[in-house]
Amino acid sequence: MDSTTSELATSEPAVRTPLASTARDGLKIAIVGGFGVGKTTMVRSVSEIRPLNTEETMTRAGVGIDDARSADGKTTTTVAFDFGRISLNDEMVLYLFGAPGQERFWFLWDRLFSGTLGAVVLVDPRRLEDSWYAIDRLEHHGTPFVLARNNFGPPEYTLDEVREALSLPAQIPMVDCDARSRESSKAVLIALVNHLYTLSAARERAL
Amino acid sequence: MIRRPVDSGDPDRLYTVTNGRTRANEDAFDLVTLIVSECEPSPGMQSEHVRILRMCDRPTAVVEIAAELGLPVGVVKILLCDLLDTGRITARHPRTSPRRAQLPDTEILKQVLVGLHNL
Ligand SMILES: Nc1nc2c(ncn2[C@@H]2O[C@H](COP(=O)(O)OP(=O)(O)OP(=O)(O)O)[C@@H](O)[C@H]2O)c(=O)[nH]1
Ligand SMILES: [Mg+2]
Repeated sequence: MDSTTSELATSEPAVRTPLASTARDGLKIAIVGGFGVGKTTMVRSVSEIRPLNTEETMTRAGVGIDDARSADGKTTTTVAFDFGRISLNDEMVLYLFGAPGQERFWFLWDRLFSGTLGAVVLVDPRRLEDSWYAIDRLEHHGTPFVLARNNFGPPEYTLDEVREALSLPAQIPMVDCDARSRESSKAVLIALVNHLYTLSAARERAL
Repeated sequence: MIRRPVDSGDPDRLYTVTNGRTRANEDAFDLVTLIVSECEPSPGMQSEHVRILRMCDRPTAVVEIAAELGLPVGVVKILLCDLLDTGRITARHPRTSPRRAQLPDTEILKQVLVGLHNL
């Protein structure tokens, strides 16, 4: 998606699939990564609804480069993101957000993704450097994450080599995936939640 | 996928939709707060309110309402504040506290894992 225009996908209106009337607990996982890395594809692979698209705007004084500047000198940042959902049980609904990894997006991270369970950093092995910024920001925000390598062809390097190239600490899980596959995308989410479980269990033991 | 520029970006329209207010109580709703209607739409109600009330006949997340209405999330939050203040909707907030940079407990994560395995 062009980063400077704000667009919403408007394919033919899908019939809405409502949640169970007992649904009461929304949970969030973010899938972050560079352009065209397969974020939307992964959301689509596991979502019970066709991925939907929406946007959020934020008005700030004096910051911003390519943003709309209004007469009062404030800038408006708009970021678009897509999402899907998984009903986990009668009460819990997991929302998956495909979040663009570029800089402007992080201004809105706190507003949109405070309280997020964790993140999947999706990387294209041919463009590892696209994920540096996202990894740095997630570490900064203290959001736990796993790294998933979306293989567009046979991988050239081992995951250990990728870990080294990204200077990723040993405790951060890495997995290979094919974002087009439901089973594979599901395995990525399970790897993330297993990681969160390990962190949470360690914290509970420490209490 | 067919894309078109979003008309919701028009400041005049946003101004009208929100009666000129530009700030929602941001803390009142999370993206995944589930909204439930507590009444039927009544005659003379603002069309966005009518659509929200119809949609939230079953629990619907804030972000889904935004996508469905084609409005930015912040604008939808303002609309929801009106409905909440007048008791026309109720809000089911996420258990995982947004203001706490803390992991959910293992019990919740276990339930998430079971749900994912059952996919
Ligand atoms: N061969 C192959 N193609 C893939 C894979 N994952 C995604 N693609 C394709 O790569 C293209 C980009 O995928 P998207 O899911 O749109 O990527 P995105 O990260 O959402 O892209 P933006 O939102 O534009 O940044 C699409 O044409 C996909 O079909 C994969 O695992 N293997
Ligand atoms: Mg996408």
